[in-house]
Amino acid sequence: MECKFQPGDAVRVVERNQPGHVRTPQYVRGKEGVIERVVGSFPNPETLAYGQSGLPYKMLYRVNFAQKSLWPDYDGQPDDSLEIEIYEHWLEPA
Amino acid sequence: MSDHHPDHMHATHTHDGKPIQNDDRPPIKAETLETAVRELLIEKGVISAEEIHRAIEMMDEKGTELGARIVARAWVDDDFKQRLLSEGDAAVREFGVDMRPTELCVIENTDDVHNMVVCTLCSCYPRAILGIPPAWYKRRDYRARAVREPRSILTEFGTSIPEDKQVRVHDSNADLRYLVLPQRPAGTEDWSEEQLAELVSRDSMIGVADIRGPGE
Repeated sequence: MECKFQPGDAVRVVERNQPGHVRTPQYVRGKEGVIERVVGSFPNPETLAYGQSGLPYKMLYRVNFAQKSLWPDYDGQPDDSLEIEIYEHWLEPA
Repeated sequence: MSDHHPDHMHATHTHDGKPIQNDDRPPIKAETLETAVRELLIEKGVISAEEIHRAIEMMDEKGTELGARIVARAWVDDDFKQRLLSEGDAAVREFGVDMRPTELCVIENTDDVHNMVVCTLCSCYPRAILGIPPAWYKRRDYRARAVREPRSILTEFGTSIPEDKQVRVHDSNADLRYLVLPQRPAGTEDWSEEQLAELVSRDSMIGVADIRGPGE
């Protein structure tokens, strides 16, 4: 399965309101990060959770975000970061 | 229930003589659904009540010992450590662990980076390695605060991270399960793998604690 993004690519999480079993938490939607690694393809949880096949599989990435970009009032250190798994259909180039 | 005195099985009064009140909250929809599906599966002979009980018992009894052994092996065997970091699933298979359908992602604490794990969406946890997650791991306050004020959480766990060390939080929100490879404490250079495994705590493998060496 082809992947649209490579490690180091700048990406933005799609800002979309979608009901149902969604694995993209609100706090990263619309936020910009960098692809940390390509994890591989997995069944789509958004349909799998409802007894369907989860097909077609979705490419999954680990995305790194600077904490400062997630929380403007973050009071840790400037280098602190957060990594989270995001499916390809929730990512766009930044 | 063999650890209960038979009289207590059907007790209607507490030790101080008051009638027992049912103070459980009413079941949520998912619990009712689980009960219904479980009863149907048993009734139709797909699985037996005993099999369910045995599976629960196995999960309950699973401690964090396996995780500690994996960490200790990584400390003494650099080839294993490299495999663990690059292909976690294959590496832990050597310990008889099957991570499927999830994948294991091992993250290493270093002099420059401290890693900690949370699942903001529910309570995803490397159960195959660490057993059942601690109650605090599933609580809303840990899940909400770990991603936005990790340093405060770490302080509350008694873990002080120097300002020049990066804190990296991992939200276990999808198909990976995370195991933190803590730093091997100083003063353990001569220790055996078995001795080292004794040192490795559950919380250090979730990343909310460091491991103290001898005399620390």
